[in-house]
Amino acid sequence: MAKVHLPRSLVTLFPAPPPRQVELQAASLGELIDQLEARWPGMRDRLCGSGPGIREHINVFVDGERERDLTAQLPGGAVVHVIPAVAGG
Amino acid sequence: MSRRVQLLVGTRKGAFILESDADARREWQVRGPFCETWPIHHFVRGEGGLLFAAGGSAWYGPSVWRSDDGGSSWSQSSTGLTYGPDEPEVTTIWNLTPVDGTLYAGVEPAGLFRSTDGGRAWSHVEGLRQHPSRPEWQPGAGGLCLHSIAVHPADPNRLWVAISAAGTFETIDGGATWQTRNKGVRADFIPGPPPDFGHCVHKLRLHAERPDTLYQQNHCGVYRSDDGGRQWTEITGGLPSEFGFPLAIHPHDPATIYVIPHNGPEAGRHMIDGHAAVWRSRDRGESWQQLDDGLPTSNAYLTALREAMAMDSLDPAGVYFGTSTGQVFASSDEGEHWQLAADFLPPVWSVEATLVED
Repeated sequence: MAKVHLPRSLVTLFPAPPPRQVELQAASLGELIDQLEARWPGMRDRLCGSGPGIREHINVFVDGERERDLTAQLPGGAVVHVIPAVAGG
Repeated sequence: MSRRVQLLVGTRKGAFILESDADARREWQVRGPFCETWPIHHFVRGEGGLLFAAGGSAWYGPSVWRSDDGGSSWSQSSTGLTYGPDEPEVTTIWNLTPVDGTLYAGVEPAGLFRSTDGGRAWSHVEGLRQHPSRPEWQPGAGGLCLHSIAVHPADPNRLWVAISAAGTFETIDGGATWQTRNKGVRADFIPGPPPDFGHCVHKLRLHAERPDTLYQQNHCGVYRSDDGGRQWTEITGGLPSEFGFPLAIHPHDPATIYVIPHNGPEAGRHMIDGHAAVWRSRDRGESWQQLDDGLPTSNAYLTALREAMAMDSLDPAGVYFGTSTGQVFASSDEGEHWQLAADFLPPVWSVEATLVED
């Protein structure tokens, strides 16, 4: 199981907000996105654009390492952090 | 029965609702920010009282927000708001136009989408981006945005869109094919003979009672067309500047229009000499009258952006505009007198006025 940490600014976009920490069975980052989408429809569009990867200003860390490739494999017990880039004004 | 005017205000940091008694239109209550403080380019009321707000987040992309309960709760969706994996990302939505069960969205980079299920799912009106001029479309200072959508009231297959800076386009077949509609409009920033496209329309509007008459505030002047955009006539004469962003048409009189002249594209793009004023024509742009009673007339370097002026449907009609410094000004007598309806909002990008009865 992967433990996924979701940012507040993401979960509040959904009428039935996901918890900030979710445990999912996923072999790859792409599968993890698929599972998030299945549980909270529309989440894929918030995390991924129309191209093959994560949105430019969304950072995903797998066990502390930044990862953008949806085909990247998730080790057992992976801890995944989804963190919006620091920006704004 | 209670009658209230609601101003739906889109800002760089969320959507707001300003509300006042419809008879007085003097005291305004502010609610918001809605939509999780997302940048909201346009905020409108659709059929059945549904509220729609649209924009784009730098982090999470474009989305259309919907409220079924007057703004108390919101959901959002961008399903289908894409040109496909090998095309540019849609970054934000500039305009929402609800018409007879269909919701149109104009987006950046410029394109048109429509939804027939209340904004939950969107389909691309592909014909527009298949126009042969599209590879040469250039962005204006605000980006390459489709910001104006005007639908013929008797023929839903006939609509006009305006893109900055590609110009005005018309379709008569529901969006399958499009024709440029820029004849008579200056594009002084393009050397050589008058181009067929590349014009910098800032706002395009039509009036439902006279749909062959179109008006536009352009980067290079104010124009009227009496034949559905086939030929434009410049009506800038009498205004203190050809440059401005918004344009509004009186709800009960297609001959009455409002613009807000700004000092020019290279001079700060604010109201002229720090003097806030709205200009009105009662004769289709043949002559103009300055309206500034109640507006700040010194040290007011205000900017009103393209979607930030609207009118209500009352008699006399109310006129409203918002500024990029967070003010909303209101007139309940067609622009004769003005007051500040709200201050200290985030930069205002859009204002719509709606009448609520319950």
